[in-house]
Amino acid sequence: MNRALDGLRKRPRLTAILLAILLAALPFMMGFGLGNSWVRVLDFVLLYVLLAIGLNIVVGYAGLLDLGYIAFYALGAYLYAWLASPHFGLHLPFWLVLPIGAMLAGLFGVLLGAPTLRLRGDYLAIVTLGFGEIIRIFMNNLNAPFNLTNGPQGMNLIDPVSIAGFSFGKPLHVFGMTFPPTYFYYYLFLAFTLLAIFVALRLQDSRIGRAWAAIREDEIAAAAMGINTRNMKLLAFAMGATFGGLAGGLFAAFQGFISPESFNLWESILVLCMIVLGGMGNIPGVILGAVLLTAIPEALRYLGDFQRATLGHVAVDPADLRMLLFGVALVAMMLFRPAGLLPSRQRKREFAAEDGVAEQEQASLYDARA
Amino acid sequence: MALLSVEKVTKRFGGLAALEDVSLSVRAGEIYGLIGPNGAGKTTLFNCMTGLYTATTGAVRLDGAPVQGLKPHQIVKLGFARTFQNIRLFANMTALENVMVGRHVRTRANVLGAVLRCAGTRAEEAAIRDRAHELMKYVGLAGKGRTLANHLAYGDQRRLEIARALATEPKLLALDEPVAGMNPAERVQMGELFRKLRDGGVTLLLIEHDVKLVMGLCDRVAVLDYGRKIAEGPAEEVRKNPAVIAAYLGGESA
Repeated sequence: MNRALDGLRKRPRLTAILLAILLAALPFMMGFGLGNSWVRVLDFVLLYVLLAIGLNIVVGYAGLLDLGYIAFYALGAYLYAWLASPHFGLHLPFWLVLPIGAMLAGLFGVLLGAPTLRLRGDYLAIVTLGFGEIIRIFMNNLNAPFNLTNGPQGMNLIDPVSIAGFSFGKPLHVFGMTFPPTYFYYYLFLAFTLLAIFVALRLQDSRIGRAWAAIREDEIAAAAMGINTRNMKLLAFAMGATFGGLAGGLFAAFQGFISPESFNLWESILVLCMIVLGGMGNIPGVILGAVLLTAIPEALRYLGDFQRATLGHVAVDPADLRMLLFGVALVAMMLFRPAGLLPSRQRKREFAAEDGVAEQEQASLYDARA
Repeated sequence: MALLSVEKVTKRFGGLAALEDVSLSVRAGEIYGLIGPNGAGKTTLFNCMTGLYTATTGAVRLDGAPVQGLKPHQIVKLGFARTFQNIRLFANMTALENVMVGRHVRTRANVLGAVLRCAGTRAEEAAIRDRAHELMKYVGLAGKGRTLANHLAYGDQRRLEIARALATEPKLLALDEPVAGMNPAERVQMGELFRKLRDGGVTLLLIEHDVKLVMGLCDRVAVLDYGRKIAEGPAEEVRKNPAVIAAYLGGESA
């Protein structure tokens, strides 16, 4: 296994081709192997990867703990619903609505970022948490005096994505087989996710990415090195929020229905967990975290069937088990892999250094000076 | 004309005046020392000059341009870089990355450029890397670029801070107690680096505690005591100044 991995590492082009084939064939493998419901799970996996990559820019790159990230997801989703559903009678095409939603979310990212520039750590987390809840509560209550969001009932009949006259709303029948829309959405989401990965990787390894890392490490020193910390932090908020808004629009089109319930605090925490579990700041880690935390709860559903088959009734609700497992997974991670499953180079060093000799020498030097 | 002029700067924290009517001027091409006993206000003055504090009254000018009211990053852009008394490197970035961050203010790549990585951005990135390597070599850290900043030896961390500050292309480089915690041999080496920097065209403002080093190295020296300037001039003169001796040895003037 290790030898195979090494071999792949030495042949990046072959790896890329194999990965492309795997990603292209994945929905069919899942659909025929496990059933079409798993293609839907795949779609959600991709949406969460997109969200996690966006949040990783804010939290992993720039070190700004944002607990209200799902608000941008909500904004993207509601904007899509406003511009492409019977609610206002508007039916704009998705390629127009998605960018508007992403930009609106980016703008709100700046609006949220601006008053929080002086805050750090816990204080920032609390304010962003409040922001996330404010957006959700607005969406929940803006059905009067003017019906903007249809309140807790949510918005229905949102237009599916349609490309060149081909609507993603209906299943496709070819060669005597039926492919539900989840297949088309898979490729659409995959395209956006790959784009997001590309953008995030490029940003990380650039002048901008270094400035974010510097702010994360020491904001005062970053400013003293000529980095405009205000603009750079706002840029991080805006970039993260843009990805969130994009994911929100895709979610609305995919589901056809959105309600404030989809955007509660738990969702923000879930996305943050994905980053922390996978390895903050490292794109492969973030992807792994999103895949695991989306797919495992789905797999747990089988436990319900298993219990029915063996015990005749469901003794432990898999949904409860899900929370328990999340808790156990996070505690285990903190104990055994504190930097995440696939940590970034920097985070790995940060955690590894704690018991390293060099660090001890350093500590004794600091003591000597104190 | 003075490169840096501090004009009657006063800084009060509540009722406490940390600095009172301090004026000094640093000429281009010299090593200027700012000394004084603990708590004399050296670092406060330093922070007023570099934008971390705003002076209560008074003015600071760099090359004729007023500095107060500007944000730290704007002051760096004007050509005034600093190091910190308690080293503030980006601890979990490599030494080279630390220096590359210093190039931020002299480079331009934006989000679009970074994502598309067009020819201009690639060339700029290569130039940043090359310059960072050069500076590492210049301060005596050649070959240590891939070491994590907080894994460097203490003296090397001081050097790295200087390389990082130099990456911003300063006209004036202010060093806050750059030899604190070093042994005599290391101090001599640092002194050599400072002379090399001055001869390379960077004006140095040195804040120190170590009177011996300052006297041996600096072209001119100012002495602060209880937030006031008690002497300024060539090192030899200041050394003999009775007020300075009193401030350092305590008691009545000797």
